[in-house]
Amino acid sequence: MAATPKVLAISSIGGHWIELLRLMPAFDGCEVHYATSSPDYREPLLEVCRERGQPIPGFHLFTDANRWQKLRLLRQATEVGALLLRLRPNVVITTGASAGYFAVRFGKLMGARTCWLDSIANANELSLSGQKAGPHVDLFLTQWPELATDDGPQFRGAVI
Amino acid sequence: MIFLTVGTQEPFDRLVRAVDEWCRVSGMPVFGQLGGLTAGSYRPKHFEYTMFMEPEAYQGQVLAAPVLVGHAGMGSIIAALTYAKPLVMCPRRAALGEHRNDHQLATAEKFGSRAGIFVAWQEEEVGPMLDRLVSRDGGVASESISPEASPELLGVLRDFVHRR
Repeated sequence: MAATPKVLAISSIGGHWIELLRLMPAFDGCEVHYATSSPDYREPLLEVCRERGQPIPGFHLFTDANRWQKLRLLRQATEVGALLLRLRPNVVITTGASAGYFAVRFGKLMGARTCWLDSIANANELSLSGQKAGPHVDLFLTQWPELATDDGPQFRGAVI
Repeated sequence: MIFLTVGTQEPFDRLVRAVDEWCRVSGMPVFGQLGGLTAGSYRPKHFEYTMFMEPEAYQGQVLAAPVLVGHAGMGSIIAALTYAKPLVMCPRRAALGEHRNDHQLATAEKFGSRAGIFVAWQEEEVGPMLDRLVSRDGGVASESISPEASPELLGVLRDFVHRR
């Protein structure tokens, strides 16, 4: 039997996280680790896992940052890089945003399979981080069929 | 209690002010989750609010609310669809400094046709929409959706995760 894949599911707080949690059943049977930037999200996550009869996943934190907070972004990148080095996941999946970008880039360097699922909030054009991450990931997905292209993201369903 | 939610990032003064004014006129109870308010942000005078909420408290407010009002963010939309609550949503506009781009206009267009979701393109429409929904006594259920992603997406990700 093949070894259990180790999955890192990572996103910022808010809508991205809510979208990420809707992917949870796809990770059943894996060693799953979640990462986000609010400790408040830990208990509800564990509760859902218990309700679903799944093992308790890893839960990891990184510094919140937006695109204008260069120092915080640097700190976030460092923390995400350290997390990847520590976990050595086989698979990295993200719904965004900057932390997800760092995670798929570092993950790729370390030989992980990487997936960018662009948020369903981006209905007219891909997110900026998605546009940047797309060329570097193994599976690049949009949630809107009209945004799928031959050399860009595929549409393979949505979180709702 | 009507629940107002504007996401976890920037404040949304235009919507908060509109809801505050509606609250003053209608006398309806409202609770607001208003995001990262700054010194210059508008503070409501007619309802209680907080900046951020833990997921459990947030869910509690959603469940207890006959009607939701919010920005056109996916958190608000997924909450409304998951718990079958009517939602009045007002998209943030980049030109007014409310977001980094206009993706909420696209989101509002895409989801505005769903049952139970109402788009207030201008903040002036928020009050009248709330009036209509409240007078229907919350009787306009939106669609209730599965708590999971689509089977196709889950299948694709499951294959991806287990690929050798």
